[in-house]
Amino acid sequence: MSKIHVTTTVNGEPAEFLCEVQDSLLDVLRDQLHLTGSKEGCGSGDCGACSITLDGRLVCSCLVLGVEAEGKTIGTIEGLANGDELHPLQRKFLEHAALQCGFCTPGLLVATKALLDANPNPTETEARYWLAGNLCRCTGYDKIIRAVMDAAAEMRGEHA
Amino acid sequence: MPRLSYAAPASVPDAVKLLAGAQGLAKVMSGGTDLLVQLRSGRAKPELIVDTKKIPGMMGIRETADGWVIGAATPSAELSEHAGFSAAYPGVVEGTNLIGSTQVQGRASLAGNLCNASPAADSVPAMIAAGAVAVVVGPTGQRSVPVAQIVTAPGRTSLAKGEFIFEFHFPKVSGKQADAYLRFIPRTEMDIAVVGCGVNLTLDAAGVITAASVVLGAVAPTQVAVDATSIVGSKLDDAALAALDTAARAACNPINDKRGTIEFRTKVAGVLARRAAKIAYDRAGAR
Repeated sequence: MSKIHVTTTVNGEPAEFLCEVQDSLLDVLRDQLHLTGSKEGCGSGDCGACSITLDGRLVCSCLVLGVEAEGKTIGTIEGLANGDELHPLQRKFLEHAALQCGFCTPGLLVATKALLDANPNPTETEARYWLAGNLCRCTGYDKIIRAVMDAAAEMRGEHA
Repeated sequence: MPRLSYAAPASVPDAVKLLAGAQGLAKVMSGGTDLLVQLRSGRAKPELIVDTKKIPGMMGIRETADGWVIGAATPSAELSEHAGFSAAYPGVVEGTNLIGSTQVQGRASLAGNLCNASPAADSVPAMIAAGAVAVVVGPTGQRSVPVAQIVTAPGRTSLAKGEFIFEFHFPKVSGKQADAYLRFIPRTEMDIAVVGCGVNLTLDAAGVITAASVVLGAVAPTQVAVDATSIVGSKLDDAALAALDTAARAACNPINDKRGTIEFRTKVAGVLARRAAKIAYDRAGAR
């Protein structure tokens, strides 16, 4: 049986793959394109570990069909750092020890990046609500929120 | 098992033809946040998925002389980002803002939330209270159906084979009219409504209520309208609020489950009706 051919853009680069209808975009990213930063936690849109951007909008890639990526622009965790230079969010997550096992971290970073793109100066409450769909079993969230608020301040140029 | 097919038609007639002509089960997809979960769990076993997002008009928000037109597949995030619609219908947007996470709201649509037909769907009570109308397209053409008449039972709708919702029409908000939506969940975010309540009130210049629509979710097999005649003609004083509480409890026919007992849901329905009515009243008064 023939698979469906899909042409898309991932982290600014053209990409193509073959998939079945029922394959999620997360399956495709991990298994066809070998971008394994996005994780499968729940497979039902509850945990946020598979967070990506689709045409700039934050979504769970487990709730997108691979075939829907045709002609779209996808952003994953692999596009966050600039080569070997970590994004300020990644640096602040390390500085604040905002992770232990790290499984939720790519999703949290992608979700936080989307937050700060939309709102560079969120309140802590806004950040906590925005990230309510990213579950973390290790940190208790406090260190994550501290890293997010610190990175946001740095990105606004407040610590020079 | 037959292979699952996918189509993303570019027009309503093409989508209707695909849906109506399907041999087995065909599912309409908008945001897919319910459909993909059902596919993965095996609860839905369609032979065809028709993705409606490429049909012009299915995505987007526009203001007309008569009110607002919302494409059926428009993600809820677009509703909350739309300053004009959020100002006109803050209660509808309060409902859509409670559907899942930020990620889910990036995809989840009004049509999906409605046609998934959960009694607890957060966008539905305020849509019904607003008097929103669904434009249904299908093999016999187009018909306008009040949102209140779409859901017939948990998981069931009044749509026939080959039909889907193309857009929603929200009436123009004029004068001192406003809405509000509240839900109760045991925590602050990411849960399913134990009770939800949408209220839409219209006041006269003196602050007397001239029209009231109060709709409850998660307390019956479908969303239910509360008899709100007792608050019409009042300024929502304590006596009117007490009467509304009684009317809301009388409209309940809930289930017992892990989220809430029959007794608890019934009591909370009265409380939320009062609180949401107060919010809507204050908003309407400020207009």
